[in-house]
Amino acid sequence: MIHPGSFVKQLVRDLRAQKLRTFLTTLGIVWGTVAVSLLLSFGQAFHTQMIKNIAGLGNAIVIAWPSVTSLPFEGLSKGRRIRLREDDIELVRKRATSLEAISSEYTDTLQLKHGKRTMAVDVSGVSPIFGEMRNMIPVMGGRFLNPLDEAKQRRVAFLGDELAETLFGSSDPVGQTFRLHGSPFTVVGVLKPKEQDSSYSSRDKDKLIIPGSTFRALTGEKYINLFIFTAQDVQRTEEVTDEVLAIIAGKYRFDPTDREALMIWDTTEMFQFMDAFMMAFKMFLGIVGSLTLVVGGIGVSNIMSVVVEERTPEVGVKMALGAKPRGILGQFLMETLIFTAVGGFIGLLITAGICALFPSLGLEEYVGIPTVDVQVAALTASLLGLIGLVAGFFPARAAANLDPVVAMKMT
Amino acid sequence: MSDTSKALANGNIIRMEGIRKVYDTGKIQVEALRGIDLEVDTGEFVAVIGPSGSGKSTLMNLIGCLDTPTDGHYELSGQSVAKMKKDELATVRNRRVGFVFQNFNLLPQISSFENVEMPLLFGGVSRRKRHQRVEELMERVGLGDRMDHKPTELSGGQMQRVAVARALAMDPDIVLADEPTGNLDSSSGGDIMELFAELWEQGRTMVVITHDAALARRANRQVEIHDGLITTDTRS
Repeated sequence: MIHPGSFVKQLVRDLRAQKLRTFLTTLGIVWGTVAVSLLLSFGQAFHTQMIKNIAGLGNAIVIAWPSVTSLPFEGLSKGRRIRLREDDIELVRKRATSLEAISSEYTDTLQLKHGKRTMAVDVSGVSPIFGEMRNMIPVMGGRFLNPLDEAKQRRVAFLGDELAETLFGSSDPVGQTFRLHGSPFTVVGVLKPKEQDSSYSSRDKDKLIIPGSTFRALTGEKYINLFIFTAQDVQRTEEVTDEVLAIIAGKYRFDPTDREALMIWDTTEMFQFMDAFMMAFKMFLGIVGSLTLVVGGIGVSNIMSVVVEERTPEVGVKMALGAKPRGILGQFLMETLIFTAVGGFIGLLITAGICALFPSLGLEEYVGIPTVDVQVAALTASLLGLIGLVAGFFPARAAANLDPVVAMKMT
Repeated sequence: MSDTSKALANGNIIRMEGIRKVYDTGKIQVEALRGIDLEVDTGEFVAVIGPSGSGKSTLMNLIGCLDTPTDGHYELSGQSVAKMKKDELATVRNRRVGFVFQNFNLLPQISSFENVEMPLLFGGVSRRKRHQRVEELMERVGLGDRMDHKPTELSGGQMQRVAVARALAMDPDIVLADEPTGNLDSSSGGDIMELFAELWEQGRTMVVITHDAALARRANRQVEIHDGLITTDTRS
């Protein structure tokens, strides 16, 4: 119904007539948009970074340490040491129904010799699946341990990135050899540097990883230090943990509710907590930003009220010529929406600019890399649209409800 | 002439019975019209005269469907409009009535072309037909060379001619004018009177509220209002 050309002309005219007010109002919307989108972007980046840091420990793994019983069971006294071997891990692998993967881990601090250097390193003996479970990704040109290494008790090693740096400096470690506990070993891979904010022994970047079978042969160790496992469905981790506990408890005759005989650290709980925490955190940021935007919306509503007041005679004339109240309402509403859209667009551009400059501050490890992604933009845009509609509706309705006779006389 | 006015030729274009209009200001009630009975035939030129505060403007607003009566029955072109909703009234104003105001009521920021185009926009007329119609009307009121001028760049007489062109845009059944010469000097006022006489001769129904005795004499019928009632109604 409304001539688009004359409509834009009209809008430009209104805004030009009220330069300062237009500027300040647009500033309100721009500021509100920057607040919302920036807070959402940073919240999102922070969340992603937190997940990345936690994932350094592993993909939703549960860690279990055999220890000492704390409850008497079936006539056996408490204080018994529970010691597990590789065949116990096999037993769990066969019996536990919803288990995705399981790996034992033998640990010790052993002497390493390379050239003239002698040092003590933390060594872990593990299954080939361990690499995937713990997010140990090799740098290009290397690999993690494989089943053949395990089967043939090969003397091969996967190095933490800092350990590799210490031993071999800038030269490529893959293919190089060193002596560990008196035996020669060959490096097959180096850990790709990763964020890791928690661990259960030393950090992965300092570790030396060899096949579990090789570890046993090298040290004569029969008992595992700990084992890690994952559930097929992350949501059912707790059930699987209970199942694993029941299997071990059945074989070694301890109370399955004994929390000390086999100590458990379910890292998925950390993920769940993190998700809930971040949800609350993002909601908080979103609300703070939205409130700022609402203040901007009030500014827009104000200026539109002034515009309606100034154009009351014009509205009266238009009504006399046959403009419907609906059309008048639409015109003012559309003006408000364009107003907010322009302010919002500028605001998003500013946010995108800030996000683009942010990585140069070098804070990535702590807060991640904020970006204006589709989600943030869509959320901000719909919020802006809503605020524009509400801000424009009341002045527009006031215009549409004008009595043409009275309105025309307001010159 | 539109189809409706042809169909109604020789019939009543305005039929008012017992029209009352009461303004309720909260404390007091003002009865502006106290029972108006008025019939206007197609093709008549009616001058409504009377002192200030007699109810002339109220009557004009009711005839033009800018307002609705408190009581009574009103048919415009055979359509009962007394109980219409706002949107329906807007459509009636757009299609059946052309307004000419004392102070022109042109929008100052847009060209005279765009002012005349406005009722056509509200009536949903296509762009091509709008342009054709506006040019035709501007020629007719003698301002074919002033289409791009804004109202502020025109004289009072020219502005009122633009307003007349605008009133005719949707080819209404009736042209309704409220003191059309009131703000004009006698020469421009004379031009407008000529224009009105021409429109009437072409068969259009005209209702003009005026203090201007010269304009009232041009009409074929004079209706005088006093105190919210029609006191005299003479045809010349």
